[in-house]
Amino acid sequence: MLKRFNIKPWQLILGVVLLGVWIYCYIANTDITNSVVASGMRFGMPLALAAMVGIMCERSGVINIGIEGTMLLSGFTGFYIASWSKNIVAGLMIAILTGILTSFVHAMMTIQWKMDQIIAGTIINILASGLTSFLYKQGSTIPNSWPIFDIPILGQIPFIGHAFFTQQGPIQYLGLILIPAIWVMMYKTRWGLRTRAVGENPGSADTAGVSVIKVRMINVMFGGAIGGFVGGFICLELVGSFSKEFTAGSGFTALALMIFGRWNPMGAFAAAILFGLAQALSTQLQIFGVTNIPNQFITMLPYVFTIVVLAVSAGKVRPPAAAGKSYEKEQA
Amino acid sequence: MKFKITRDALVPIASVLVALAIGAILIAAQGHSPMQAYHVLIVKGFQSTSGLQATLSKAGILIISGLAITFGLRAGLFNIGAQGQVLSGALAFTYIGYRLHGIPMWIHIPIALIFGAACGALVGGFAGFLKATRGVHEVISTIMLNSIMAAIVDYLTQNQFRLQGQPNTRTPDILHSARLPHIFGYPTGFIIAVLLAIVINWVFKRTTIGFELDTVGRNRSASWYAGISVKKSIVLGMLVSGAIAGFTGGMFSSETTGYFVPAFYSGIGFDGITIALLGRANPIALIPGAIFIGGMRSAQSAIQFEAGVSPDIINLLLALVLFFATAPFLAKLIKSNAKTLTTTSGWGS
Repeated sequence: MLKRFNIKPWQLILGVVLLGVWIYCYIANTDITNSVVASGMRFGMPLALAAMVGIMCERSGVINIGIEGTMLLSGFTGFYIASWSKNIVAGLMIAILTGILTSFVHAMMTIQWKMDQIIAGTIINILASGLTSFLYKQGSTIPNSWPIFDIPILGQIPFIGHAFFTQQGPIQYLGLILIPAIWVMMYKTRWGLRTRAVGENPGSADTAGVSVIKVRMINVMFGGAIGGFVGGFICLELVGSFSKEFTAGSGFTALALMIFGRWNPMGAFAAAILFGLAQALSTQLQIFGVTNIPNQFITMLPYVFTIVVLAVSAGKVRPPAAAGKSYEKEQA
Repeated sequence: MKFKITRDALVPIASVLVALAIGAILIAAQGHSPMQAYHVLIVKGFQSTSGLQATLSKAGILIISGLAITFGLRAGLFNIGAQGQVLSGALAFTYIGYRLHGIPMWIHIPIALIFGAACGALVGGFAGFLKATRGVHEVISTIMLNSIMAAIVDYLTQNQFRLQGQPNTRTPDILHSARLPHIFGYPTGFIIAVLLAIVINWVFKRTTIGFELDTVGRNRSASWYAGISVKKSIVLGMLVSGAIAGFTGGMFSSETTGYFVPAFYSGIGFDGITIALLGRANPIALIPGAIFIGGMRSAQSAIQFEAGVSPDIINLLLALVLFFATAPFLAKLIKSNAKTLTTTSGWGS
């Protein structure tokens, strides 16, 4: 079982300890524990989805540090289209479309023109930040956020039901389906096999008749669609507004979580939820005012956490072998 | 790394023109006059004496900031979070600048600048250490360190380093003995910056250590085979890059701001990235780009007051310039064969 899912013993121990703490807190104070876990889900889900963008791209061999910019641009267009058309669904669609277009530019730069992938991502981020801050207009509102609702049967499950399946918006629930779906696609379908082959050894994949360029283009743009989805998710559902630089480094945090989750969708999801819980806990501490810790140090926590997580895990994990290298077809 | 004046220099110029054209369309779309906006930009940035002085002062800061990124890039490191190092260097400089009384200028300024650079080096070097020992990619660690440094600096400015009895949070004024003098109204910082660019160019061209860093930047495994310590180069590269970024913050405090408020420094580290990439990681070639961006930045507030255009237009214009200058299609049109830039490539340590 451990081998099957490639779980390391320390991860299992960490999981058991966390479960123990959760059960203890649940028994001690059910309401607060449930609300902390639920807000941890709300913090973690956008990061988990953003990490999926990274996984989609990097499994096929393209490093994407432009996640930040993709989310920013698509959140922007999604929000203003929703505000202008008074239709949130239209906003979300436009957000996804923007994500695809943005990542198309990224794909052209990295795959077709073979630019340095890190520089290409940086350019996407700088462009997105410039465009959205210049075009930003204050005072727009979207008609109404989606209703927050409970899932009928799952929400009734004792213990976990209330924390995971109640009091969330529809995109949050959709994420719970999307992430396992990406895992299945990555490991159980032909497309996933091709993606991984192209990311590990593009030369062999090419010899076997897989078009490296095509697989990479499709993956990067699919990743962009998810990136757009996250941008729309944040601006239309979680926050309900667009503010300048709302991403605030979360695209990079997502990359760290992707590395921590070893480029595995479920692993990154678990890492993101852990991260979200840490953030929810620190917010809770601030609300209770139980600490004399200055709030700058509390806002710092997620970033410190990210560095610690990477310092613990980064050296031990192996990225897709071809990530970061553009593919040159060998001349016969 | 020769910078061919003929065709290669045409690419950045063409990029600027294309960016200005797109910018003009967007300004017009917002109902303002692009001609008026660009007029303000040229007059305030480059024509008037006071404008030129402000531009050169800003350009000096940006040259050094660009050098910080360039130093990393040459060693194959992308110090994307120079901003945090700039902030820590600036606060450290300010502290020494207002705390040490009664010493002459020629001692005070160097001590404060060195202290600022050391604090920047500490932050940058930490990222380098994490990369060399734990394999943590500097792009992520320095971005995280940005936010961490912003929080620490904010905390210190609000508590220990705060000027008491003031409504707004700021540090005390830097003493006169730590303020860089102007020569005939022109900033000394610009001269220091150009000298530093020449020194760094010399380091990469003529010294063993520079050669080693450059080799590691070009091909890590080959340098390992050649017996160069890759780990040492990574730590050193980030250390020096951080030191230069810290120096930037110190010099900006000394020459321009006079006291520390975090918001003064926003964007300096990020403009450094644009400048380094426009200069294609060449310490000398980045100078014209830095002067151009310095002009845009010093005209930024005037463009809002006099032409009514959002000052964020400058960010957008710079982003467009960077995009067109680095993406190869303009270069292909002009038939320049400047090589594209590479950084570290890949997450591997």
